[in-house]
Amino acid sequence: MRFDRSTADRAPWWLKSLAWAGLGFLHLPIVMIVLYAFNTETSAYSFPLKGFTLHWFSIAFANPDVLAAIGLSIKIALVATLLAMVLGTMAAGALYRGSFFGKEAVTLMLILPIALPGIITGLSLLAAFRLAGVAPGFWTIAVGHATFCVVVVYNNVVARLRRNSMSLIEASMDLGADPWQTFRHIVLPQIATALLAGGILAFALSFDEIIVTTFTAGNEVTLPIWLLNQLTRPRDVPVTNVVAMTVMLLTTLPIIAAWRLTSGTEDIAGSGK
Amino acid sequence: MSRMLERRGLSALTDALYRRPALWLFLLLAPPLLWFGLVYLGSLFALLAQSFFTFDDFTMNVSPVLTLDNYRALLDPANHDVILRTVAMAAAVTLAAAVLAFPLAYYMARYARGWRKGFFYVAVMLPMWASYIVKAYSWTVILAKGGLVYWFYRSFGLSGVVDWLLSLPGIGGDSLSTSTLGRFTVFTYIWLPFMILPIQAALERVPGNLIQAAADLGATPFMAFRTVILPLAFPGVVAGSIFTFSLTLGDYIIPQLFGPSGLFIGTMVYTMQGSIGNMPMAGAFTLVPVLIIAVYLSIAKRLGAFDAL
Repeated sequence: MRFDRSTADRAPWWLKSLAWAGLGFLHLPIVMIVLYAFNTETSAYSFPLKGFTLHWFSIAFANPDVLAAIGLSIKIALVATLLAMVLGTMAAGALYRGSFFGKEAVTLMLILPIALPGIITGLSLLAAFRLAGVAPGFWTIAVGHATFCVVVVYNNVVARLRRNSMSLIEASMDLGADPWQTFRHIVLPQIATALLAGGILAFALSFDEIIVTTFTAGNEVTLPIWLLNQLTRPRDVPVTNVVAMTVMLLTTLPIIAAWRLTSGTEDIAGSGK
Repeated sequence: MSRMLERRGLSALTDALYRRPALWLFLLLAPPLLWFGLVYLGSLFALLAQSFFTFDDFTMNVSPVLTLDNYRALLDPANHDVILRTVAMAAAVTLAAAVLAFPLAYYMARYARGWRKGFFYVAVMLPMWASYIVKAYSWTVILAKGGLVYWFYRSFGLSGVVDWLLSLPGIGGDSLSTSTLGRFTVFTYIWLPFMILPIQAALERVPGNLIQAAADLGATPFMAFRTVILPLAFPGVVAGSIFTFSLTLGDYIIPQLFGPSGLFIGTMVYTMQGSIGNMPMAGAFTLVPVLIIAVYLSIAKRLGAFDAL
C-alpha cells in the first residue's frame, strides 16, 4: 500500500510469471478434486480423465455413512462455533483495552491451542478425558473444537472493538438506555460483522479438523475421519471424489463470505488460520 | 454522581459495574478463563502427569507409579533418528516454502493493484482454508500411478529424469507418492500459504520512498532489493517459518500417507498411543516438538518475527 505508483512501476515479466505460477500451484489440487468428482472411472486415478458423469453425486448422497458423517460434522461445528462465539466475545470484551496483571498470559493461553501442534492438544484432551473417566464421543469432540475455535472469534472481535470508541457506550448509558438497549443498538451493530466472520471461520475450522479429532472421536466418524479412512483403505473411489469436492466447497465458500463481511476494514478475516 | 442519575433494575447494575471496572473485567473474563483453565491447561497437565507414569511392556498396562524412564527412553539412538528425520524435513519444507512464497508475496505487495489485489489475497487464502484432508487426498490423486504427474512426465519423455530422482538415496523411493520427494512436495504445498501471507504483510509495510531513495542514490534494482527490501521483509519470512516449521514438526497424517516407512515425531506419538496404548511414552514424546518450537520461537523473537505477525 505504501509503494508509490509511478509510470516505471510495472512488474518485470519474470516476476509476474512466477507469481501466477505460484497461484497455479496453490490451486492445482483444488481443480483436480473438482475434475475427478465428475470422472467416470471407478477404481483408479488415470489422467487424462475417462469421461464426464453426474452419476456419482446421487450415489454419494444416498450413502448412509456419508450422510451420517456430514450430519455429525455439522452438528459438532455448530456447537463448537456457538461456544467459541460466546467465550471469544467475552474474552475480547475483557482484553481489548487497558492492561492488568497477567493479560499477556491470558492472550497466550487463548492462542496456545492453535499454536502448539494439534497432536499435543489432541493427546492432552484424550489423556484428560481418560483420567476423568469420560467416554469419547460427540461432546468430547465438540469441547476440543470449541477450545481451538475461541481464538478465531476472539481475533476478529478484538480487532473490531479496538477501533470503536468506548465513549459511544458511555453516551448511551448517560442518555438513559438500559443495558439491553445499549447492547442492541450500540455494541451489536459495531461488532456484528466481525462476530459473524469469526463464527464462520470457526465453523470452517471445526468442520475440517482432523488432527485433534482423531484423538477425541472414539468410534464417532466425522466427515474428515471418513475421508481419512477412505485414504488409508480405499474402497469407493468415485464416492470419495464427490465427498472430497463437497468438503472443499463447504470449507472454502464460508471463507469468501467471511472475507466479504470484513473487507474494507483493516482487520480482514481469515488472514490467519 | 448526583441522585437524579441513579437508575433502577438492570441499568442500576450496569451503572454500578461501570464504576467498578475490575469487577466487570472479572465477570467477563471468568467464563473463558474457567474453560481454558479446566479444559485446556488441565488437559496439558494431565498429559504431563501421565508422562511420568509407568507402562508395563508385558501386560500393556499403565500404572500411576512415578518414573523418569519415559524421558530416559527419549535419549535412545532409535529415537534420535525419528527426531532428526522430522527436523530435517521441517527445515527443508520451510526453506522451499520461503523460496516459493517470496516472488508471489512480493508481486502481491508491490505490484498488484485494484481488483488484482483482492483477487490475489483471496486466491492465497482459499487454498489455506480449504480442507486439509481433501488437499492431502488430492495429492494422492495427482501423484498416483497413471495420474496427472505420471502423464505429464511421460508425454514429455522425462521418465529417465524421474527414475533417476527416485533412485537417489535420501529423497527417493519406490514411486512418487512413497518417496521422500513426494512427502516433501505435499508438505510444502500444504503449508505454503502460511508463508506467503506474513511475507506479504511485511512487504506491505516497506515504505515506497525508501526504494525511490535507493534508486536516487544510484542503487541498481538488485542492490535496492538486497540491501533495502530483503532486510525489511526478513521478519516476515521468519514469522512464516514459525508456521511452516512447527506445522511440519507436529503433523502425523502426511507422513502416514506419503513417503517411505520410517517414523516422524507425530506418527511416533500416534502409534505409541494408538496401537501400543503407551500413553506415558507418547506424552513424554510430545515434549520434543514443544522444546524444539520453544527454541525456535526464542530465535525468531530475536530476529523480530513477532513485529511482522
